[in-house]
Amino acid sequence: MADPVTAEHSPGEHKREAPAAAVLQADGLTKRYGDREALRDVSLSAGRGELVAVIGPNGAGKTTLLSILAGIQRPDSGSVSRAPEEIGWVPQQAAVYGKLTVRENIELFARLEKVEDPAATVDRMLDLTGLRDRADDQVGELSSGNRQRVNIAVGLLGRQPVLLLDEPSAALDPRQRERVWEFVLSLTEAGTTVVYSTHNIQEAERHAQRVLVLADGELLFSGSPRELEQIVERERDRAPVERGDFEEAFVAFLRQRGH
Amino acid sequence: MRWLLLKDLRILRRSPLLVGLLVLYPVVIATLIGFALSRGPDKPQVAFVSLVPESAEEIELGGERIDVTRQAGPLFRAIDPVRVKTREEAIAKVRSGDVLGAVVVPEDTTRKLQAGLEPAEIEVFYNAEDPVKASYVRDTIKSQVADANNALTERYAKVALTFLDLIATGGEYNFFGRDFQVLGLQRSERILTEAQRDLPAGSPAREQVASVIEFARLARENLDLSDDVLASVGTPIRVKQTQLDGGSTPLSSFAVAIAVSVSLMFITLLLAAGALALEREENAFPRLVRGLVSRTGLLVEKAGLAAACSLVVVLMMLAGLGLFVDLDWGRFPLWVAAASAGALAFAAMGLAVGTLTREVRAASLLCVMVSLPLTFLALVPSGSVAPALYDVVRAISAIFPFRPTLDAMDSALNDSGGIVVPLLHLAALFVAFGAASRLGLRRFAAR
Repeated sequence: MADPVTAEHSPGEHKREAPAAAVLQADGLTKRYGDREALRDVSLSAGRGELVAVIGPNGAGKTTLLSILAGIQRPDSGSVSRAPEEIGWVPQQAAVYGKLTVRENIELFARLEKVEDPAATVDRMLDLTGLRDRADDQVGELSSGNRQRVNIAVGLLGRQPVLLLDEPSAALDPRQRERVWEFVLSLTEAGTTVVYSTHNIQEAERHAQRVLVLADGELLFSGSPRELEQIVERERDRAPVERGDFEEAFVAFLRQRGH
Repeated sequence: MRWLLLKDLRILRRSPLLVGLLVLYPVVIATLIGFALSRGPDKPQVAFVSLVPESAEEIELGGERIDVTRQAGPLFRAIDPVRVKTREEAIAKVRSGDVLGAVVVPEDTTRKLQAGLEPAEIEVFYNAEDPVKASYVRDTIKSQVADANNALTERYAKVALTFLDLIATGGEYNFFGRDFQVLGLQRSERILTEAQRDLPAGSPAREQVASVIEFARLARENLDLSDDVLASVGTPIRVKQTQLDGGSTPLSSFAVAIAVSVSLMFITLLLAAGALALEREENAFPRLVRGLVSRTGLLVEKAGLAAACSLVVVLMMLAGLGLFVDLDWGRFPLWVAAASAGALAFAAMGLAVGTLTREVRAASLLCVMVSLPLTFLALVPSGSVAPALYDVVRAISAIFPFRPTLDAMDSALNDSGGIVVPLLHLAALFVAFGAASRLGLRRFAAR
């Protein structure tokens, strides 16, 4: 098994991440589907208010990793430091009811989350998502962007310290993406730790403080986008790359490691 | 769980087409099944021609005149007669498919009946294009001809008895308008006994007369028994019916039990399977079971929703059927018990289907595909198939809730037998399907 490259350590040197103020920590996560290993001994940690992007090619294990962190799936081995109830989770596809209105969806999940004042929470979420004027529309009639905002709002109802977002901006137009990111950044500023998976490399570079690169279930890199570029630059002879282009650097990084 | 239930009811309320179909479809199916079971097939159209001349339509038996054409009355009640004028026309109607069969009464029928020397024949022609209808026509005509035979045989026997009575006891007899005095064995015996007394003792004629008196006595006594013998000839086999198994439910009441069970099955299965599959289709299942609702709680909520909705519908249905069929409202608590047990068993089965299919359309399709053949299997009567096959049918019917629900509803509605066994059967199926659906939830969230 190849060891993950971290910004603090040279390639080949293996070290589990365990920052002192880690709000979320996972150790040695492994998941198999039959003969296929979807995750192989993946460890990570995230501090308070940190925005962590999980990137990688299709089938890399991003959704599996987030599902395990969220408690949707059980790992074959390894552990997660927090119980599912302590982690907010926003799945890739909106997990809300199309026949209910925006308000009814938020209220339903607020009641299921047993929040103290469901009505006030619904009001707060309508403001937060900017959907007050669509509050009485059925979710099935909303655009995919607005549906995703409801999806995220429901994920935030429990006010957990950690929020997991699986491809939050997939299928959104640029304007809708921007609104979602404004929303997410406001959460991290308030101290919520956000871990999200994405296919959009520019989005990871632009917003994430740290990126985790997964390929074939293996964690290949953990560090800032800049640090990833630097590593690729150091290994130019293995795969040439155009300076200043993070997506190029990411592809070159994978190529350099045989993916 | 209360909020989930309210959510499901709200979703149902916003799906009027779905709810309408969910209620109408089983009610229509149930009504059709009930209608088909409680009502015989339509009367078949049969061409009929009597070639007997009007002047010869009556025969005389024992001094009584019988109009033979009236013997066709029961036949006409069993068929829809199409009167034609000739034998050829009758056959042509059968060939052209206008009628399913034809009955031709030949012109010598009454002559043969009057003579009593050889049986009269009627001709029957079938159209066998539809084997079911052809069989029905054949059986109907055979049965009615057998009834007519019986009626005529009884009349023949009655005439024979009159003659025998005349021989035994004597009396007046009218033949072609002339009255005759018949002495009869009884009076012959008396006359001979008196004559014997007048003969001198030791006369050889006295002994001969004694043997004639003995013959007359024996003949009279044995002719007295002829009533019973001739009655037996008229109806050699009588049917004595004894019911061994099952209740004494009238067909219309049994049809109500079937209609209710079918409705209960469709509504509960479709609702339970659909409501559970919807949680996955809306991607809400993983979100719900991350601590908001337990997996078992989710199953209980869906089962409760489906069972409660179907219970309401079938009770309303029973109230409606009560306008047309005599139902014993004093047994209402038993109706509720039977319908509730059936609904819960169907709900558990529906949940198992829901976990298996994981999407609403597939769940609905599978429910219909599974439930229709199971309904028909459960209605297969014993003796209609080979014994080994019937055992298989019974075994398959026993592992699904339709048959025990039908038994429980029949018992509750019609007091056709014990209700405890079918209720226990349903409880066992509820537990089994509940466990299967709980196991099925393990892979429910998997991609």
